[in-house]
Amino acid sequence: MLGALLLAMVWLVANVQSNLERQNINSGFGFLSERAGFGINQTLIDYTEDSSFGRVLTVGLLNTLLVSVLGVFFATVLGFSLGVARLSSNWLINKTAMVYVEIFRNVPLLLQIMFWYFGVLRNLPTPRQAVSFGDAIFLSNRGIVVPAIEAGSWAGWYAAALAIGLAAFIWLRRRARLALADGTMMPIWRPLLMVTVASFGVAALLAGVPFSLDVPALKGFNFRGGITVIPEFVALLLALSLYTAAFIAEIVRAGIQSVSKGQREAAAALGLPDKTALRLVVIPQALRVIIPPLTSQYLNLTKNSSLAVAIAYPDIVSVFAGTTLTQVGQAVEIIFITMMIYLSLSLLTSYAMNRYNARIALVG
Amino acid sequence: MQIKRKGFIAVVSLVLGFMPLLAGVSAQAAGSTLEVVKQRGHLQCGVSQGLPGFSNPDDKGNWTGIDVDFCKAVAAAIFGDAKKVKFTPLSAKERFTAIQSGEVDIIARNTTWSMHRDTALGVDFRAVNYYDGQGFMVRADLGVTGTNELDGATLCTNQGTTTELNAADYFRANNMQYEIVAFEKADEAVAAYNSGRCDAYTTDHSALYAQRLKLTNPQGHIVLPEIISKEPLGPAVRQGDNNWGDIVAWVHYATVAAEELGVTSKNIGSMGNSSNPSVKRLLGKDGTFGRNLGIPTDWALQAIKQVGNYGEIFERNVGVNTPLGIKRGYNALWTDGGLQYAPPIR
Repeated sequence: MLGALLLAMVWLVANVQSNLERQNINSGFGFLSERAGFGINQTLIDYTEDSSFGRVLTVGLLNTLLVSVLGVFFATVLGFSLGVARLSSNWLINKTAMVYVEIFRNVPLLLQIMFWYFGVLRNLPTPRQAVSFGDAIFLSNRGIVVPAIEAGSWAGWYAAALAIGLAAFIWLRRRARLALADGTMMPIWRPLLMVTVASFGVAALLAGVPFSLDVPALKGFNFRGGITVIPEFVALLLALSLYTAAFIAEIVRAGIQSVSKGQREAAAALGLPDKTALRLVVIPQALRVIIPPLTSQYLNLTKNSSLAVAIAYPDIVSVFAGTTLTQVGQAVEIIFITMMIYLSLSLLTSYAMNRYNARIALVG
Repeated sequence: MQIKRKGFIAVVSLVLGFMPLLAGVSAQAAGSTLEVVKQRGHLQCGVSQGLPGFSNPDDKGNWTGIDVDFCKAVAAAIFGDAKKVKFTPLSAKERFTAIQSGEVDIIARNTTWSMHRDTALGVDFRAVNYYDGQGFMVRADLGVTGTNELDGATLCTNQGTTTELNAADYFRANNMQYEIVAFEKADEAVAAYNSGRCDAYTTDHSALYAQRLKLTNPQGHIVLPEIISKEPLGPAVRQGDNNWGDIVAWVHYATVAAEELGVTSKNIGSMGNSSNPSVKRLLGKDGTFGRNLGIPTDWALQAIKQVGNYGEIFERNVGVNTPLGIKRGYNALWTDGGLQYAPPIR
């Protein structure tokens, strides 16, 4: 059966190829090394109009990843808080969370994106009348401009200090977990703080302060210098996070309610306060129910980020399956690449979540 | 074991069942477009999603514009009835895929004739029905009078058009910085420019005048005089069907020839009795030109009678008496210093 399917796919590809040739349409992936010739207004890596279409693909992919990862983070934080709030005994908190969930779940995401983009844009001032915070941070309808930190050549010491702090954190956590298995509680925050401060102090002694601030200034039409967070990014991130958080809230509520009441009563009998009981007893057991649908929501968020094309956020669909497709004309190859990329992102996310799921599963 | 065998047979029969369908589709694409159109009974024309003056639906769903009139002229030439045409709105991204796949027979969508499009996309451009160039529109209160003052500006534009590339080339050539915000639909780009997201809106000059009508305060915006590129706009057809391309080309040239000879939709009745040999050949009273193309001998007569000559089409849709108010300029006849020149019909 697999053989027949493979045969069908080979035949399909050959058919497409011969049709394209017959109609004298370019095919193949050679276009990825051709000069792009257009600009992109948000790039996380170096990019100019002389870069190749392959680089356009990378820029678009990074933009998609940026909004997806941040969206997942904010949606999870907000979703968990809302889910717990929905089960609160405080009537106001409970009902506010319910109203939020009902509104943001039921309005289509595209409309929400359009609302944040056009609703926010219309009310922000032009650059010449921008709202400024201390003459360093500016808010206008071109985005939020913040000063950029420029690192001099000795900044490597600070990077090393950061790495030491991170390594210390991981090592101390592992030690604390082992100690917990023996029954003793090992504090990690105080030693961690001491190690981090010490390493940064050493870095400061050796390297001085090799950082300078690139403060943005209004020159002509826009602000030059600093880092600009474009309104398209903010609108997309807001819409994605708020929308997905509503779904995650319901998943979390279902998960917590799935933990039997006996667990909460036992925790209360042990004298654990409510919040601690939630953190140490209820949620770890609720996670078993929460993780699978949560994975779906993460995948949904990643794929929904493709709606960026409606507000000109330069994600992979907008830049690669949009501009590049129209410039180069090879729709089949480009859509195929884009589909493969989304498929890989989804498979990676679900693989990681399944690993985590296996770790928290009931043993035995 | 039994289920596996049944599954195998199911998949193979599914695949075999689809094969003749796909073969049928490819055969249709290879056949003569004229025959397909005649069999269908109407022309399928790909147009824009709403560009005043070129292809724009009114509130009752009737399409008007230069490109719309061109398609109506082709329909009149083939069927003798300018109403036998249906319009498919296409975005800049969809237009070439639509014609490649056979979804439409022509795209008359203010599309620039460029070498890449002519050679790598399997389409042919056979005539230019509007000579245009790219320009910029800015808010009047910015105090900008020329494109060389646009250093550092943010531009709103339509995604994936020659516009994006030309703007990039222009700004780099003049060592100016810019930021580009590219939307999939032209309407979204105009809305963003309207709300102040960008300092300038850039597209073809004619489209600037057209889109300006959609802004909340058209008088508060000026179109800068500089034209930074050549944009010869014309209809496009699939490669591989030369006869169809000839029909499309010669319908355009017939409208230009009609204006050269002074034949209009109003005087075409009396012109039918003219003794001018050029007019007689144009209106099909002489010669077998229609037959060579596979269309009726009065192809040009019907096109001009029901739609008009090039000058009438121009003035009706984008001329000085319309809200767009565009002068003939490069689109005047060659005898008036413009670029519209029809090869002889003989």
